[in-house]
Amino acid sequence: MYAQMVKTDAPRVKTLDEMDPQERSFQERIDQGQKIEPKEWMPEGYRKTLIRQISQHAHSEIVGQLPEGNWITRAPTLERKAILLAKVQDEAGHGLYLYCAAETLGISRDEMYEQLHSGKAKYSSIFNYPTLTWADIGAIGWLVDGAAIMNQVPLQRCSYGPYSRAMIRICKEESFHQRQGFDILMKMVKGTPAQKAMVQDALNRWWWPSLMMFGPSDDASVHSAQSMAWKIKQNSNDELRQKFVDQTVPQAEYLGLTIPDPKLEWNEEKGGYDFGEPDWNEFFEVLAGNGPCNAERLGARRKAWADGAWFRDGLTAYAEKQAARRAGNEAAAE
Amino acid sequence: MAEATVADAAVDPTALFEFLLRMGDNTLILGHRLSEWCGHAPALEEDIALANTALDLIGQTQLWLGLAGAVEGKGRSADDLAFLRDACEFRNLLLNERPNGDFGKTLMRQFLFDAWHHLFLNALRLSSDTRIAEIAGKASKEVSYHLERSRDLVIRLGDGTAESHGRMQGALDDLWPYTGEMFMNEASDAVLAAAGVAPEPAGLKTEWDALVGETLSEATLKEPAEGYMQKGGKRGIHTEHLGYILADMQFLQRAYPGATW
Ligand SMILES: [Fe+2]
Ligand SMILES: [Fe+2]
Ligand SMILES: [Fe+2]
Repeated sequence: MYAQMVKTDAPRVKTLDEMDPQERSFQERIDQGQKIEPKEWMPEGYRKTLIRQISQHAHSEIVGQLPEGNWITRAPTLERKAILLAKVQDEAGHGLYLYCAAETLGISRDEMYEQLHSGKAKYSSIFNYPTLTWADIGAIGWLVDGAAIMNQVPLQRCSYGPYSRAMIRICKEESFHQRQGFDILMKMVKGTPAQKAMVQDALNRWWWPSLMMFGPSDDASVHSAQSMAWKIKQNSNDELRQKFVDQTVPQAEYLGLTIPDPKLEWNEEKGGYDFGEPDWNEFFEVLAGNGPCNAERLGARRKAWADGAWFRDGLTAYAEKQAARRAGNEAAAE
Repeated sequence: MAEATVADAAVDPTALFEFLLRMGDNTLILGHRLSEWCGHAPALEEDIALANTALDLIGQTQLWLGLAGAVEGKGRSADDLAFLRDACEFRNLLLNERPNGDFGKTLMRQFLFDAWHHLFLNALRLSSDTRIAEIAGKASKEVSYHLERSRDLVIRLGDGTAESHGRMQGALDDLWPYTGEMFMNEASDAVLAAAGVAPEPAGLKTEWDALVGETLSEATLKEPAEGYMQKGGKRGIHTEHLGYILADMQFLQRAYPGATW
């Protein structure tokens, strides 16, 4: 998802009997559905896993501004431009809540940026694909925000209080984004043949990367098992992918579009669709930095940070001068 | 939309149309420039603030150009005016089409414009044309916040490090020759002023000078000497930059004529 393949450092999931009393009472509270709050004791692995997951999610929101920002200046109407600006502003806001949630775990925003810029921390693979036409803006809202919602709705029940609360705020806005994306496409498929072709082309390019957002099958993954035991993950990647496909195929049909998967077929017995396997080689190449836009996306973030150093330093220097002036005034008054 | 008002009957519709284009084109072009920053600002809070300002400006554009279309009476919508006019038909200030430069230049441009925008909208709230007074009332709330923000940042960066000071001074010196156009009266301005629709731009100069002068001195920046002032935007004679802004902005409407989005 926005957080893909998050590692937990766990060799395997411990049973309650193997835990020391502190860890055991922590795990029991999670099992009872209680929320863990920042000041409370938590296993180091829980803290580190959450930092990885939340920061990866935050970085995805921030990097995600770039592919959509690519079309703000070219939006076709004033209304669409305003909606897209508001959406991208929301995404930056999501990044802000999430960085704040991660900061409660004892890491600073600057450290997280450092990890993003050095390539140590990842962001979602999806944002390494290009937005080539206006239909891509509709497709991102529909598919990418749609897939994000699929993952984030269960995260509202995450065991870590600040993350769970951030998710509740974020999910409301994500559903708006999805509807707005779908609306862009609705308008286009009812338009000229060129517009309709643009929409089909966007679906052809975004379908598989959207399915990859859920990450490879993790049924055998010890990291996923540990994350589920800690309730910082609620469903397997395959479960979420299946739900996403089942929800999205009828919407594509409604739009009069063809899903680019010859293996896609309704399976009466399981009450869901059968579908083909995404190209996981491509997925791993994108994660490794070889996607079509990795260099641009990360380059843009690094440049923004480096070019803005003087700005941030200027504000800090001013704040220090003001503090010194106040101290000077107080001394003079004595 | 186009209810008849007292001013409506009295004022030359061409003068009114020109005036509304100036208002709407200023917000459209500056909103465009600000959205070029999306995802590239020096801090996350700045990305959010710039997108918010751009959003306000695009919203104001819809109102001003919507009214312009109604006043013109030829069935053109705000979108038609934004996306289907060529550069020579645009009436924005040259200041607003200046390239973004570094973040300091973007902020300085914003401050110089916000100061004018704020004063002008406040005056327009008393317009004899209630449609204009209404838009100005809504916009001025947003713009007083824009001004508060850009003014504060100009002060902090001017009085920050030697580097931030140098960059802000450089930005001010570069942009200064584009500020005079805000206060130049066009022939149509006298007509609008006589009817109480809008004040003559020259009348705002004293207040703007005071507001800007006080801010620059707090920012420890040196106000450039009065010198030659660039002009032309209000008459449709623009810099080379506007053509590229429009090529970008109008691409879809031009490439797919008649399509709806
Ligand atoms: Fe988001
Ligand atoms: Fe979103
Ligand atoms: Fe606002």
